[in-house]
Amino acid sequence: MTLREPRIAPSEITPPEVYFNRRTLIAGALASAASSLLPAAEPPAPAADALRYTANPRYSVSEQPNRLAEIAGYNNFYEFGTDKESPSATAHSLRTRPWSISVQGEAEVRGTFDLEDLLKGQALEERIYRFRCVEAWSLVVPWVGFPLSGLLARFKPTSSAKFVQFTTLYDPRQMPGQREAVLNWPYVEGLRMDEAMHPLTLMVVGLYGRVLPNQDGAPLRLIVPWKYGFKSIKSIVKIAFTPTQPRNSWNIAAPNEYGFYANVNPQVDHPRWSQATERRIGAPFLAARRPTLPFNGYAAEVASLYQGMDLRRNF
Amino acid sequence: MNVTQRYRFIYKPLVFIASLLPLAWLLCGAFGWLGASLGADPVKKLEHECGKTALNFLLLTLAVSPVRALAGLPQLLRLRRMLGLFAFFYAALHFSIYLVLDLELNWRLLGADIAKRPYITIGFTALLLMLPLALTSTNGMMRRLGRRWQTLHRLVYVIAVLGVWHFYWQVKRDVREPLIYAGMLALLLGYRYARSRLGTPPRLTSTSGSATAPERT
Repeated sequence: MTLREPRIAPSEITPPEVYFNRRTLIAGALASAASSLLPAAEPPAPAADALRYTANPRYSVSEQPNRLAEIAGYNNFYEFGTDKESPSATAHSLRTRPWSISVQGEAEVRGTFDLEDLLKGQALEERIYRFRCVEAWSLVVPWVGFPLSGLLARFKPTSSAKFVQFTTLYDPRQMPGQREAVLNWPYVEGLRMDEAMHPLTLMVVGLYGRVLPNQDGAPLRLIVPWKYGFKSIKSIVKIAFTPTQPRNSWNIAAPNEYGFYANVNPQVDHPRWSQATERRIGAPFLAARRPTLPFNGYAAEVASLYQGMDLRRNF
Repeated sequence: MNVTQRYRFIYKPLVFIASLLPLAWLLCGAFGWLGASLGADPVKKLEHECGKTALNFLLLTLAVSPVRALAGLPQLLRLRRMLGLFAFFYAALHFSIYLVLDLELNWRLLGADIAKRPYITIGFTALLLMLPLALTSTNGMMRRLGRRWQTLHRLVYVIAVLGVWHFYWQVKRDVREPLIYAGMLALLLGYRYARSRLGTPPRLTSTSGSATAPERT
């Protein structure tokens, strides 16, 4: 088989059950309000965790999103074990409310904020993004969230804020995987300020119209769709503005294999495996492997951020 | 029933059926029988499980000699060929799944992987080295090769080391499981080394004939 041009595969055509499911999801917020009016005879779908949001087609791909069972059942979240299946089995131990975020560093507004307060009045939108793992598999995910830029602006970063570092919760009682020294806990990640302020960079609180499942990084996670998945840090408790480039966990663990930028790049292989192609989870038998796109298909939006940079060195 | 009959009609069929259970379980997962599931990425699951099963059979094959010596069960040798062939069977299945289901018969990717990815290079080498062992596993080949048969089949030590190394090298970060395999392999090879250094225990001299002679059933 040769590599094919990206085209609309049969797999990307929405099957009817998903189509109807989407309608249900869009109606989710209304349904929660209306459910009190319905007779109790027919139990409505549990809508307590339904989010109010608007779809943002401008930042959505037209590809068929993965099923919720795939997105919430196949996770790299080493805080809950290194198997893909562990997080969905064990992440219920994470308590996502109350949740506070500490803001530090080169910003005028610093301190500890309750997540509820940060989310108050925050308009949520759904964006269907491609998600490419450094392990050469990929998903298409309907995230619900808001641009990171708006949140960061509220903290009034100073002119010396050149980077922003994020930290995941560290609590081995809630995150049993942290009892093993697989990575240097807590997990940290960072972005250059212009990457963080880019309109594609999303703070995510939901998935498929509902509150984010714990195993997908609840209650608040980052999504940077043009970078490998490990950049999109989960269960964030700290945001720090820094003048210098912060370290990131996978780079600390294996600096020759994982860089700071980690932009999806089919031309630059991982030292141990090729990044030229990827396998789409849930795609039909023998039709899952597809070419990986530069910047995960978001080159038109973000390539200019890296103009003049040697992407082989800054992998 | 004498020992030969017991092995032929009872033990060997039982081991044969037991050796197919990992495959049966994966098939259950693939078709959703008996509540089994291969998870969100069935291809990777099949690929990894077959690879690990191949390693399990390699270690079992290598365990036959020490166990028969330590437990005083020289007849166990009669099971070794089957275990070795199942190691080859699962390794070949592992490679076929990688080539057909994972790479989707993209030969260019296969070539690049074998040439450029050290962990795939050594895994592929291990599989190639298993081929002559499988082909010379028949009674006829054992007779024809005589003493050279044993020399040839010492390749299994190299194959096992390459196999465990292949496992260790492809893991992204959590190397605990490959290290367990490495530990067990070290034990099995260490036993042989110690025995060769310390000399053959007296009890084994009487059975050493059957250790080197081709198995006849």
